[in-house]
Amino acid sequence: MLKTRHDTTDKVSVTINGQKVEVPARISVAAAVLSVRDGATRTTPVSGDGRAPYCMMGVCFDCLMDIDGVPNRQACMVTVANGMVINPQEGASRLGDGT
Amino acid sequence: MTTKAYDLIVIGGGPAGMSAATEAAEHGLHTALIDEQSAVGGQIYRAVDEVVTRRADDLPMLGEEYAYGETVANAFRASTAEYISGHTVWQLDQDGSIWSSDGAKAHAFQAKNIILATGALERPVPIPGWTLPGVMTAGAAQILLKTAGMIPVGKIVIVGSGPLLLLVADQLIKAGADVEAVLDTTGVMDYVRGAPHLLRATKSWPYLQKGLKLKRAIKDAGVPIYSGAHEFLISGDGQAEQIGFTSGGLRRTLRVSTVLLHQGVVPNTQASRQLRLAHGWHKTQRYWYPRVDEWGHSDVPAIFVAGDGAGVFGAKTAEIKGKLSALQVAYLQGRISVQVRDNAAAPLLSELENHTSIRPMLDAIFVPPRDILNPPIDATIVCRCEEVTAGNVRDAAALGAQGPNQLKAFYRTGMGPCQGRMCGLTVTEILAAAHNKCPEDIGAYRIRPPLKPLTLAELADMDVGKAAE
Repeated sequence: MLKTRHDTTDKVSVTINGQKVEVPARISVAAAVLSVRDGATRTTPVSGDGRAPYCMMGVCFDCLMDIDGVPNRQACMVTVANGMVINPQEGASRLGDGT
Repeated sequence: MTTKAYDLIVIGGGPAGMSAATEAAEHGLHTALIDEQSAVGGQIYRAVDEVVTRRADDLPMLGEEYAYGETVANAFRASTAEYISGHTVWQLDQDGSIWSSDGAKAHAFQAKNIILATGALERPVPIPGWTLPGVMTAGAAQILLKTAGMIPVGKIVIVGSGPLLLLVADQLIKAGADVEAVLDTTGVMDYVRGAPHLLRATKSWPYLQKGLKLKRAIKDAGVPIYSGAHEFLISGDGQAEQIGFTSGGLRRTLRVSTVLLHQGVVPNTQASRQLRLAHGWHKTQRYWYPRVDEWGHSDVPAIFVAGDGAGVFGAKTAEIKGKLSALQVAYLQGRISVQVRDNAAAPLLSELENHTSIRPMLDAIFVPPRDILNPPIDATIVCRCEEVTAGNVRDAAALGAQGPNQLKAFYRTGMGPCQGRMCGLTVTEILAAAHNKCPEDIGAYRIRPPLKPLTLAELADMDVGKAAE
């Protein structure tokens, strides 16, 4: 889990796993999620194993999440925005999800 | 939207990309820089604008070398080069065609020349437990520090080798994080191997000094550095909780909340591979690189590669190489004479020497350990996406899989969303060892578009313009 070194009033409100939280503006969704909870942010389509962000630079795809109803988004590449709804990516997405 | 045409398109907004675009625009080339991130800087200068303008008190911790990125970024902003941010390039052609996505819609571009400045990524560190939540790369921790001013909560153990490992340890300590230990895979024999290169490396004295200073700072902070560490095992229930390792003949286990892994960086060859450029194999540092001449020109006339994407030398070298590539593009497109090119290049080439002299020594010392390159424990996951183990790859080799592409038919390695970025080097090394061949004879994954997944909706929304006629 992460913590912010700076107190900031520059925040946005997002919903992570159904829980409404305030997070610093302009950070990535991956950073926001890691600052709220420990553990997995997705489960793999192969074994259902739990995973969390690994590289934070758009390479590993382990940070895939469902963001505003769009599945399989790289949470480390998306910036938080007010009202954003963020959920874990559970396995593979269904065909037609979020399109 | 129609296909947008440019004299030069630079891909990547790090030091090489920014300096290439700045230099090219200065010589009158109609230039665009396309970058996946929302702000310039690449990974080395990631979020430098944000830190300088809003979190200036983080600058001492991140260091002068990082703050310097703002100088490169300002020069780029002052140039006439167009900045196209938030665009992920998913296909390139040898004729200079480029396709990107902004997350909602696909776009098409055409360039007379392309400079790939796609930089480097951290080498995969396949050890047991590296897929557990709570395990990240050292680079990831640094990105969180730069972009969000965030540090891990609880005890951190940093594992691996190389200059970035020590830098991240030092930055995290200064940031107030609880660094429990550094497990350095570099041992005495590695330093012995580096010794013959020491004389040449003294030309890069500031780099040497910095390395020694970092080590001292970490020790002064009371953080133990275990050298020659190996036989790592990360375990925990749904989260990294402990790490076991061997150092100095002793087996130890440390309680952790976060494990940070690092084994140096390697060129990101996804784009250069998709373009079918000729690649070579770096025998000491065990990575692939696109073959380029002294200007960064590849074997494909329209394509240049500048910066760490063509071989790892660091940010300052990347900045110089970006300029050199831009000069050659300006010359080949008839914007400058050979004299103007050579006069501009001369000081750059002599400065290059100051930054590259240390590299043979660094390359010799920080060689990735054999059991990281070719994980000895069969159960170790190699391909994170498809959850293929080192044992699976060895089994396939025994059944006759000769190379990485044939291996796909056995286990789908490299066919998940990361498209082999995380397993490519490991798979090549395991197959090379299994067949007792060198990596050049084993080869690498064939990279096909799209370079990153895109939805059919993004593709369908593309107005192909001229390309459709």
